[in-house]
Amino acid sequence: MPKVKLPRKSTAIDMTAMCDVAFLLLSFFILAAKFKPPDNLAVQTPSSVSTKIAPEKDVVMITIDKEGKVYFSVSDANKSQKVEIIDAVNTAKNLGLSAEEKARFSNNPTSYIGTPFSQLKSYLSKDPDQLKGVALGGIPVRDTLNNELIDWMRAAAGAFQGGRMNIIVKGDDASKYPSFQGVINAFKKNDLMKFQIVTNPVAVPKGTELFKINEATGTKGATD
Amino acid sequence: MAEMDTSGGGKHKKGPGVKKGKKLSTRVDLTPMVDLGFLLITFFIFTTTMSQPTAMRLFLPKDVDKPEEQNKVKSSAVLTILLGKNDVIYYYEGDDPTKVQTSNYKAIRDIVIDKKKRTDPKDFVVVLKPTQDASYKNTVNILDEMTIDAVKRYAMVDISPVEYGIIQATERANGVK
Repeated sequence: MPKVKLPRKSTAIDMTAMCDVAFLLLSFFILAAKFKPPDNLAVQTPSSVSTKIAPEKDVVMITIDKEGKVYFSVSDANKSQKVEIIDAVNTAKNLGLSAEEKARFSNNPTSYIGTPFSQLKSYLSKDPDQLKGVALGGIPVRDTLNNELIDWMRAAAGAFQGGRMNIIVKGDDASKYPSFQGVINAFKKNDLMKFQIVTNPVAVPKGTELFKINEATGTKGATD
Repeated sequence: MAEMDTSGGGKHKKGPGVKKGKKLSTRVDLTPMVDLGFLLITFFIFTTTMSQPTAMRLFLPKDVDKPEEQNKVKSSAVLTILLGKNDVIYYYEGDDPTKVQTSNYKAIRDIVIDKKKRTDPKDFVVVLKPTQDASYKNTVNILDEMTIDAVKRYAMVDISPVEYGIIQATERANGVK
């Protein structure tokens, strides 16, 4: 028998490197995932068969929460329009907002308006941290004589003149019709006849008319 | 990777019957952790594009007060749908609100399709009248229903006090709170 034995080598692989790469990739995707800004307004939207994606730019968003309170906000990309809107409202309603208060609305990307004009100055004079947890009353819309959303929409229409304004309504399932009716009235009074409702996508039910139409044309959802 | 050296911590006298301490390996197998890591990655890869909310388009007709400019509809071709509280739907055909019938969101599809079949496609109109007790979800669902049933002409209008009175009477008769 030969005296030299074959040296035995270990077959266990060191997994450290692969582990590192895996976690690096994971961190990348977590950070790259666009999380919606923590919605100060939690809204459970209804579902619809529409497949049009909700627009993200040039957007004026009206949010209706489950208690029927109405909030007004503008997409972050439109800072100059936000400045115009708050200026227009300030002059029209004589609110006496200081430059700092106006900036609080126009500079903050997630800012929204949820108070009547009478409380607007005090609302804008506070820092967002001070407002955490404070329940706002919402913009009054249900009273036809005092529908403040009309003024906000007029200011928005003026600010977006010449360009495209996407109006979207994000309502909660549980809110009642009168708030929605008030919002629609505000649009009608400003001659804004086209708007979109934010919904969760669902598949077209089988056997319905729309399903048959889609099969015939080869489309996937409602594309009106 | 960290490895503890437990071999021979100094020679000590081995008494008879005392077993030598077993040398334990502290190398951890990291395969399951890498598996979980990749699972999480694939999860995030797939979910970052999926959560886009969709939008439903709505076009409002202009409010005209002059009766001659209002859209003329044949009353026999009209189906009026009234949205009440607790997800209840009331509907009637034509002009007479007193003949109102009750339905719900599941059955309304058959009713709309049935009326659509019986009516001339040129004249078929559905009028939607939500009451103040109807929820936003009801409103969006019925609008969605119009799209699903391919109803070409429909309008959302305010309910008249007469019709609301009839609904309330029906609710009382049926014991709806």
